[in-house]
Amino acid sequence: MKSKNTVSAQHGFLQRMLLTPYSIWAILFIVVPLFFIAFYAFTDSQMHFTLDNMRKVFTYRTSQDRSMPYYVMVFGRSFKLAVISTLICLLLGYPFAYRIAHASPRVQGVLITVIMIPMWMNFLIRTYAWMVILQDKGILNGGLGLLGLGPIHVIGTETAVIIGMVYDYLPYMILPIYSVMAKMDNRLLEAARDLGCNGFGVLRRVIWPLSLPGVISGVNMVLIPSVSTFYISQKLGGKMKLIGDEIEEKYANFDFNGAAAIAFIMMVLLLVVMALLQHRATKRSVA
Amino acid sequence: MKKLLSVLLCAAMLLSVGWMLSACGDNTVTLNVYNWGEYISDGSEGSLDTVKAFEAWYQETYNQKVKVNYTTFASNEDMYNKLSSGAVSYDVVIPSDYMIAKMIEENMLLPLNFDNIPNYANIDENFRGLNYDPDNKYTVPYTYGVVGIIYNANVVDEADAQGWDLLWNEKYSGQILQFNNPRDAFGTAQYKLDLNVNSTDKADWDLAYEELKKQEPLVQKYVMDEIYNMMEIGEAAIAVYYAGDYFTMVDAQAEDVDLRFYYPDRTNYFVDAMCIPSCCKNQKLAEIFINYMLSEEPAIANAEYIYYASPNSVVYNSPDYQEEMGEEAMDILYMDVANFKTLYNQYGFLNQSNEMLEYISELWHKVRS
Amino acid sequence: MKTLSRIYTGLILLFLFAPILILIIFSFNGSSSTAVLNGFSFQWYEELFHNSNILEALRNTLLLAVSSALIATVMGTAAAVGIFRLRSKYLRAALDTVTNIPMINPDIITGISLMLMFVFAGRLFGLTNSLNFGTILIAHVTFCLPYVILQVLPKLQQMDKALPEAAMDLGCTHLRAFFKVELPELFPGILTGMIMAFTLSLDDFVISYFTSGPGFQTLPVLIYSMTKKTVKPTIYALATIIFFVILALLTATNLIDSDTNKAMKQARKKKETRKQAAA
Repeated sequence: MKSKNTVSAQHGFLQRMLLTPYSIWAILFIVVPLFFIAFYAFTDSQMHFTLDNMRKVFTYRTSQDRSMPYYVMVFGRSFKLAVISTLICLLLGYPFAYRIAHASPRVQGVLITVIMIPMWMNFLIRTYAWMVILQDKGILNGGLGLLGLGPIHVIGTETAVIIGMVYDYLPYMILPIYSVMAKMDNRLLEAARDLGCNGFGVLRRVIWPLSLPGVISGVNMVLIPSVSTFYISQKLGGKMKLIGDEIEEKYANFDFNGAAAIAFIMMVLLLVVMALLQHRATKRSVA
Repeated sequence: MKKLLSVLLCAAMLLSVGWMLSACGDNTVTLNVYNWGEYISDGSEGSLDTVKAFEAWYQETYNQKVKVNYTTFASNEDMYNKLSSGAVSYDVVIPSDYMIAKMIEENMLLPLNFDNIPNYANIDENFRGLNYDPDNKYTVPYTYGVVGIIYNANVVDEADAQGWDLLWNEKYSGQILQFNNPRDAFGTAQYKLDLNVNSTDKADWDLAYEELKKQEPLVQKYVMDEIYNMMEIGEAAIAVYYAGDYFTMVDAQAEDVDLRFYYPDRTNYFVDAMCIPSCCKNQKLAEIFINYMLSEEPAIANAEYIYYASPNSVVYNSPDYQEEMGEEAMDILYMDVANFKTLYNQYGFLNQSNEMLEYISELWHKVRS
Repeated sequence: MKTLSRIYTGLILLFLFAPILILIIFSFNGSSSTAVLNGFSFQWYEELFHNSNILEALRNTLLLAVSSALIATVMGTAAAVGIFRLRSKYLRAALDTVTNIPMINPDIITGISLMLMFVFAGRLFGLTNSLNFGTILIAHVTFCLPYVILQVLPKLQQMDKALPEAAMDLGCTHLRAFFKVELPELFPGILTGMIMAFTLSLDDFVISYFTSGPGFQTLPVLIYSMTKKTVKPTIYALATIIFFVILALLTATNLIDSDTNKAMKQARKKKETRKQAAA
């Protein structure tokens, strides 16, 4: 008869084997494509090595009197809007996730589905609908007019793009935070209260640190699509262009190498940002 | 909630498996068609569903099942990117003139065998041998159109509504919409300045660029499909677009909006034509499809749906069609049809060299930044 | 406090559903406009059911979402189990990093990079039709995988490690121990992962746009291509129908749930009274 240890070791070995399909898949379709981006970013249309694409991204100016290289400026704008949207999503989504996590199981189920319903409907037409709401002669101003207020000019401004981003990605913030909070042990909160923490203290010292993993993945899931979007800015941003628009325009102008160069830089930037965020979070949760 | 979703997933799965099975069948040939979005009669308002009708007609005539895979693209450049990647195989594509010229130059199109397209006789002499395909070897025109100016008469003074200047009129700053594609946008400036739209002299393009840059502060937005919403509700007052689409907007305009239309003196004539790309798998079938699209019923249905002018004489000579469209639409859509060839060859877009294309997209990028 | 929380919930829901309300209203528009209301009609619903293009795109979208969710769920669950059993720290770190890549990479980059690779591979092998249902499926599975893995891994960590061992001591085979003991423990995580994968695939536009070819167009790609001619309320009608179908199913399952809950409570009560009677 086999000893207990070998049986469970065998079990572990068999289960490690389950990794094989995913490993192959991940190498073929996750790792290798990244090399294609890098390859195109550092070659010209004749497939010769060049740094020109990269140099262009960092030095191209639309006119001499601009203080900043053009793409650096667009990168800055995209990150600015994405960060603002992410913060607003966090501000709006965090209490909402808390609210769901503390409802009865049945209400939890309903609220989660309700939040996911918009995601099941096409995001292109939802964005289109925002255009109709936010236009100068749109529904928002119509409503304000009835109240004797307004009109306000939103469409074509950065505010409109932020509204679009917050709307499209808010569920991506709520869901991960909720799933962490739902697992939180309520006895911890009670204990903290018993030990004399006030409401804010409980939030700051107990709930917030425990929910950090959810917050991090929420930030991840909102920040990244916001930085790279091109449809939202096209429809709601008036004449404004974001970095996603620039990549798409290069693709449409048959400049795959230029598109890859911008994409490559964006990829590296995001990797750095997310690594920093993760690092700080783990440090804090350890402390 | 989870139960609900699992129920949904199962239902979707069953449905899709069912659909898959129903789509299969032996002895079926497939035809891959690539066209603009919303650019074929699709069976709305009791009209003909052209693709379905072709499938039925083909089965009846040739006693063989055909499955048309009909997919759509957003721009000529999109279509070109997919085709030139070599990773797709389409049998029929319907791009615009300048893109056709580019594709012919790059050997991306097959010469047609007109023996299989007897209905080509329906195409008037005026629409044959146009600049983009001078020897009439590769293309069969599908629609044509003219670019014009649409304005809201409740905002714009009648006196100002003349020529290209309206698009540059500072009085209407912030109310003007310009094309969001380089070729059409540069065209407006070039016609305004009476430049050759196919000039290979960079200095000419620089002039047009200056003009567009001058216009930029006045422009509310660079648009394609957003134009419909914005003009219908009065969000903008002046726009430049394709003639037939004006009628779509008028039909849906708000009560306080009064849209009007006119052609400036020089303007763009464009043709979208059916062609067979070199990746085609079944040329004969593709030609049969093209021929079918030229026959009376589908051609009229398409022309009524798309609302652009048709180069097909069976269409524009049909009393039913003329009645359906109405006198105003016929006048605007088919303006100067007798002189089409001359006008087109003077004002239509041709292909540019890759170097020029790069230069143009650089200029366009500068306009918008 | 309670009213405040209610108002807040209401406002968030209003924000999330305002555009959907707009879609519903305009799906009944009398004209083709999506900005100006001109009377009431059902014409767009009628058109929807005659429009083979839209219906086929809908079918494709569902087919793709279901198959990519299924594949990603099976492969992702297997991967999570494997990752959990890994003993090498470095291998584990490497796999974690790779798993994170599709989540950290913007979809435009995932899309373009996969397209470049498919095109290259197609040329290498001399294929003329390398962009097809297969490539779009691969792309969707790829970006869904991490979400499944990250849902299943925590459940594995929560699971009692002694459980499968106990089962095997009692004579279960490895396979049986896995399916009968471990899998049920993981099930909630697997289901959540599958739902997320399904949702993400359904809503994806950018990756499909770059990796799709002839013969397989999804709804978002079809809608995006309506640039020269605009989006008609037909699409809105479709969205409205989807919305009400989900709503109806939601209500139905909730009713069933509460019925079963009630029945279970009653059953429990009966048992207790019987117990008491027996005592």
